[in-house]
Amino acid sequence: MAALSIDNVTKRFGTTEVLSDVSIGIDPGDFLVLVGPSGCGKSTLLNMIAGLTELSDGEIRLEKRRIDGLEPKERNIAMVFQSYALYPAMTVEKNIAFPLRMAGIDKAGQAAKVGEVAELLQIGHLLNRKPAALSGGQRQRVAMGRALVRDPKLFLFDEPLSNLDAKLRVDMRTEIKRLHQRLGTTIVYVTHDQVEAMTMATKIAVMEGGAVQQFGTPAEIYDHPANRFVATFMGSPAMNLLKGQVTGDMIDLGGTRLPIPPNAVGLSDGQKVELGLRPEWFGTEPGPDTVPMAGRLDLVEPTGPDLYAVIEAAGQILTARLPARADIGGPGEIDLHVDMLKAVVFDAETGKSLMAKD
Amino acid sequence: MTVDARRRFDFSRIAVYLVLLLAACFFLLPLIAMVFTSLKTMPEITGGAGFEDATILSPPSVVSFEAWGLAWSSACIAVACEGLRSYFWNSILLVIFAVSISVALGAINGYVLSKWRFRGDNIIFGMLLFGCFIPFQIVLIPMARVLGILDLAGTLGGLVLVHVCYGIPFTTLFFRNFYVTIPDELISAGRMDGAGFWQIFMIILVPISWPIFVVAIIWQFTNVWNDFLFGASFAGPDTRPLMVALNNLVNTSTGTKAYNVDMAGAMIAALPTMLVYIVGGRYFLRGLTSGAVKG
Repeated sequence: MAALSIDNVTKRFGTTEVLSDVSIGIDPGDFLVLVGPSGCGKSTLLNMIAGLTELSDGEIRLEKRRIDGLEPKERNIAMVFQSYALYPAMTVEKNIAFPLRMAGIDKAGQAAKVGEVAELLQIGHLLNRKPAALSGGQRQRVAMGRALVRDPKLFLFDEPLSNLDAKLRVDMRTEIKRLHQRLGTTIVYVTHDQVEAMTMATKIAVMEGGAVQQFGTPAEIYDHPANRFVATFMGSPAMNLLKGQVTGDMIDLGGTRLPIPPNAVGLSDGQKVELGLRPEWFGTEPGPDTVPMAGRLDLVEPTGPDLYAVIEAAGQILTARLPARADIGGPGEIDLHVDMLKAVVFDAETGKSLMAKD
Repeated sequence: MTVDARRRFDFSRIAVYLVLLLAACFFLLPLIAMVFTSLKTMPEITGGAGFEDATILSPPSVVSFEAWGLAWSSACIAVACEGLRSYFWNSILLVIFAVSISVALGAINGYVLSKWRFRGDNIIFGMLLFGCFIPFQIVLIPMARVLGILDLAGTLGGLVLVHVCYGIPFTTLFFRNFYVTIPDELISAGRMDGAGFWQIFMIILVPISWPIFVVAIIWQFTNVWNDFLFGASFAGPDTRPLMVALNNLVNTSTGTKAYNVDMAGAMIAALPTMLVYIVGGRYFLRGLTSGAVKG
């Protein structure tokens, strides 16, 4: 049974269509991440699930019950906002108890639930403080507490980590994931950070230009991107895209020729394509499925665990991610080996993947 | 080098304070003259026998509160010799109702116009703003007609209505501009948490709106308290506000002019506004310049 199903949802502001025909379905306990660049429509979609923005077209169902058209409070959904949106005049305790108070639950019931949530999130010692006296991470926890306190069917997170510094962001990321594992709740989470999407999600919807570019598990999105946008948006450093042309059973990259990846389908001789190679598929040693590729090492960016080698090959620039101890020397000729089993091919014109769906 | 810089800095500071001090004294002079005069006896004011050297700025030789008592309870205004007392309470009543109603309505207007946008809201806001620029004199006759139709002519209620109408554009402007700086997410969070229109306003917004409440209250208090034109035009004999009574007291044309009583009356009329500024002034500037409430 689907926990949340979004069917053919469209949103227009005047004549501009900001979301067109979006359909996504997730199961109970799923952690869905809506990821995409600014203005892709992900926050609009989240607000429509929450009931803060009206749909122009389509349906949203929560456990079979149609919820578009209901008031936010009738949907049994809780939301954590980007700015946390804690009520400034109330203490932490009152903030967390607020949804219960609005639901008409008595003081004793409120106190019991608040105590439970405070213990879960380890914010018991903050209950009498006002939001202004809290750090960013503490505010984040309180905002989550306010969402958790009424046991909603669905949690919405709107870029909840974007106001935190880098270190805290990673900590809170882990914490949200742990909380999700422990409580088994269904979550929809919006972010523009592809690392957050990959690390937390059970399902990812990559959005761009008001449409879902690809919907699938993190592994599907990463290994089998549906198009050029998904391929370059997910993963850092971005996937290398090398322009080429199909020539027999090879792809000609302008001098350098690489074999057509085994899962590619529907290629015709002379077709212009782009070959997608992730930086980590390159190595300096040959492997079982690798083919050699010669290039010129331009510069090296050590990151600690890895070396990012910027290489000129076949007249194009690509980035290879090599182990920190790889012995590649300084700028000059370099022999690379690339794993063609994983390589993906895109139509140069439409940008669509030309790989078989497995 | 640093010593020179500091010395120059100090010098400019002193100059600035000196100018400010002079300006303050200059502005204080009328007030001093008023207070001194109100505490003097008539012979001292007019320079009669024994007081040939007294000037308007010389301190009273003997401090006497007689004039204050006269102004408060027994000075003659028109035919009644009961002082300003009853008019003072008229003004207090007028201010309490006119200020609280106009500020409350302005707060609700501002809340709706900033957080519950609807089609045409900007046109309505524009029309309200236009209300800030309508001169009092233009509406006198139409307003008199309206009060007549409503059967409120010459009543305190009618005067309250006039001041509420004139106050709403300003209070709406204040509150709307304040609430625009409050993140919309706060309203969205309230809606998600199950709060309705009034609960969001009363429980979430009002407790963080005190800076702008102070601004609106001071603004409205000053305007309503100091108003003469509406009071003179629309109040009846028993509902005249203090400012109208003060004018009648000072402009009484029979007998000698009792400058000390006039000054005491003017002081009585000015004190509440001064009090409001002293108590609330600290928050007035803060409220005018306050931006987003972080939280």
